[in-house]
Amino acid sequence: MSDHEYTPKSKVGKWFNDRLPLLTLANHLTDYPTPKNLNYWWTFGGILTFCLITQIITGIVLGMHYVAHADLAFQSVEHIMRDVNYGWLIRYVHANGASMFFLAVYIHIFRSLYYGSYKSPREVIWIIGMLIYFLMMATAFMGYVLPWGQMSFWGATVITNLFSAIPLVGESITNWLWGGYSVDNPTLTRFFSLHYLFPFLILGLVVLHIWALHVPGNNNPIGIDIKKPSKDTVPFHPYIVIKDAFALLIFLLIFAFFVFFSPNILGHADNYIEANPLVTPAHIVPEWYLLPFYAILRSVPDKLLGVIAMFAAIFVLVILPWLDTSKVRSTVFRPIYKQFYWFLVADVLILGYVGAMPAEGLYLLIARVATAYYFAHFLIILPFLGMKEKTIPLPLSITEPVLGGSADMAMAKNNSDFKEKL
Amino acid sequence: MKIFLKLTFLFFIISSLIFSRANAAGEQQELLKVDWSFKSFFGKFDRASLQRGYQVYTEVCASCHSLKHLSYRNLAEKGGPEFTELEAKAIASNFEVTDGPNSDGEMFERPAKLSDKFVMPYANVQEAIAANGGAYPPDMSVLVKARGGGANYIYSVLMGYDEPPAGMELDDGVYYNKYMYGNKIKMASPLDDDIVEYSDGTKATVDQMAKDVTTFLQWTAEPHLEARHKLGFRVIIYLSVLTILVYFSMKKIWSRIETKV
Repeated sequence: MSDHEYTPKSKVGKWFNDRLPLLTLANHLTDYPTPKNLNYWWTFGGILTFCLITQIITGIVLGMHYVAHADLAFQSVEHIMRDVNYGWLIRYVHANGASMFFLAVYIHIFRSLYYGSYKSPREVIWIIGMLIYFLMMATAFMGYVLPWGQMSFWGATVITNLFSAIPLVGESITNWLWGGYSVDNPTLTRFFSLHYLFPFLILGLVVLHIWALHVPGNNNPIGIDIKKPSKDTVPFHPYIVIKDAFALLIFLLIFAFFVFFSPNILGHADNYIEANPLVTPAHIVPEWYLLPFYAILRSVPDKLLGVIAMFAAIFVLVILPWLDTSKVRSTVFRPIYKQFYWFLVADVLILGYVGAMPAEGLYLLIARVATAYYFAHFLIILPFLGMKEKTIPLPLSITEPVLGGSADMAMAKNNSDFKEKL
Repeated sequence: MKIFLKLTFLFFIISSLIFSRANAAGEQQELLKVDWSFKSFFGKFDRASLQRGYQVYTEVCASCHSLKHLSYRNLAEKGGPEFTELEAKAIASNFEVTDGPNSDGEMFERPAKLSDKFVMPYANVQEAIAANGGAYPPDMSVLVKARGGGANYIYSVLMGYDEPPAGMELDDGVYYNKYMYGNKIKMASPLDDDIVEYSDGTKATVDQMAKDVTTFLQWTAEPHLEARHKLGFRVIIYLSVLTILVYFSMKKIWSRIETKV
């Protein structure tokens, strides 16, 4: 991992470092050469790490007071909200923290899509990232079940029932997941157990994600390979650290606004009604961050095919590095892809919107068109576009004068290629 | 600084999606809107209204609706109705709870203490349903948070009793309510003018009582609302100052290499 030899100055430091090179690692992390033109869309990696740590710490404290039992879970959450010192704060941070985590991860993913960060030689970073994203969805889903409100119960029922679509063994798998013949106490206790486990798996994958990142180094807004270290790079500390800190604080301001002044806006009111297997809520909706996939699931008339479509929607992302045939990374130099990129953003937002609506009439039609477009983007548009598109010539380095000097490249240098779109 | 604009933009996209979802949930009549004192950044409860609201709850709602997540001590706690401890003790002692077993192994009845949970009107859900014509009077502890529309919804339902529109058939024991989901409610209009007598001389109109009890229920659902607003304000101030300091530190550090941030 080390880019150059590092020797600790103190004798003790050297003695220790010869046995466990932790100081070499710390030195690598602070000196890590980072492209100097990274814009604020690159700050979300740090923000996401912060989110994960926040969720783990608040979650551990909640776990000290929460009771995973169908008869007591709802009550224990109210106990946390009322009687535990600052329990309301810890729970609201945890609940809204999940939403903020997903907000940040979506920005992080779409940044990667815009600047082609998933392309060679960063495919493994991307795949690990997708694994993290998948585990995040599973963790969030199981966490939402724990308060044992109406949406918890019925959300769990709907999602676990998806597995019953599998031919022959579907029913057995569903019963196995439930630990019984319906969502009940055994389901709750195993969800609690797994909800506690998964974040640590995510943490391990995050370490691999960062490790894999530090092999080729960061991509950058103009997407060209750069020499490291060189005039194009800055050491991670203090330049990137302070910039990440600034971005994190802006993020925290929004986070705090939700926690303190609108803590329940992102949740569903029905989840403050205790779970009741005999009463089905009028609309069963998952949390907002799962809505696009929910829309894809419901847009397919056949249950099994719907489930396949939903998982395929994630799987196409995993194989994206091989679906996008363009050698040019940054969208800045891909004028046609740029249009399609924003179509995809709009498409996902539309899917999210119709996912929250009842699956009928016009909404269903929109969901179907949007689902079809989603897959068309990855399976048809990307492979062909990469072969056909005439890209703008790339500059040689971040600092060197640009060959040809088009307007787009000047903008890339300014870190403001998003301006016209926002 | 363009990042501010970008983030704000994203923030609005997301929140507009959320709000559109909230609105789509009910194709209901638009709720009555009240300028509650507990809304807004510095929102606090109207103490007198909370105490009156408690009175309405005890004298009207409590015969059917439980408040099982609250304890009597909560009535004397900061940020709530703030009865004195003596008053709260007196309130608690009006109720009998079953305790035990004692040293003879017997269960026994005793007056409730501050540490006891609110005594429920019915022993269990089944008894509550049986006594109310097949409809369960929901527990009111978190009712405000359990309804889209929150306090405005509760207030609107209390104010929403009316004659059914022509052509609408109502079964026995079912009432028409403009704001209730589905417009049918199994609870008869609970409030009538002067159904309670306020000790502070406030005139007990239906509107006044509806406002008071809704305020009270907002507190039962969010007992730490005042502390949350207060802490939130401090956190926002702290973060804002820190953000400004970090921003200028960043500018200073990056000025070493002549690249804009």
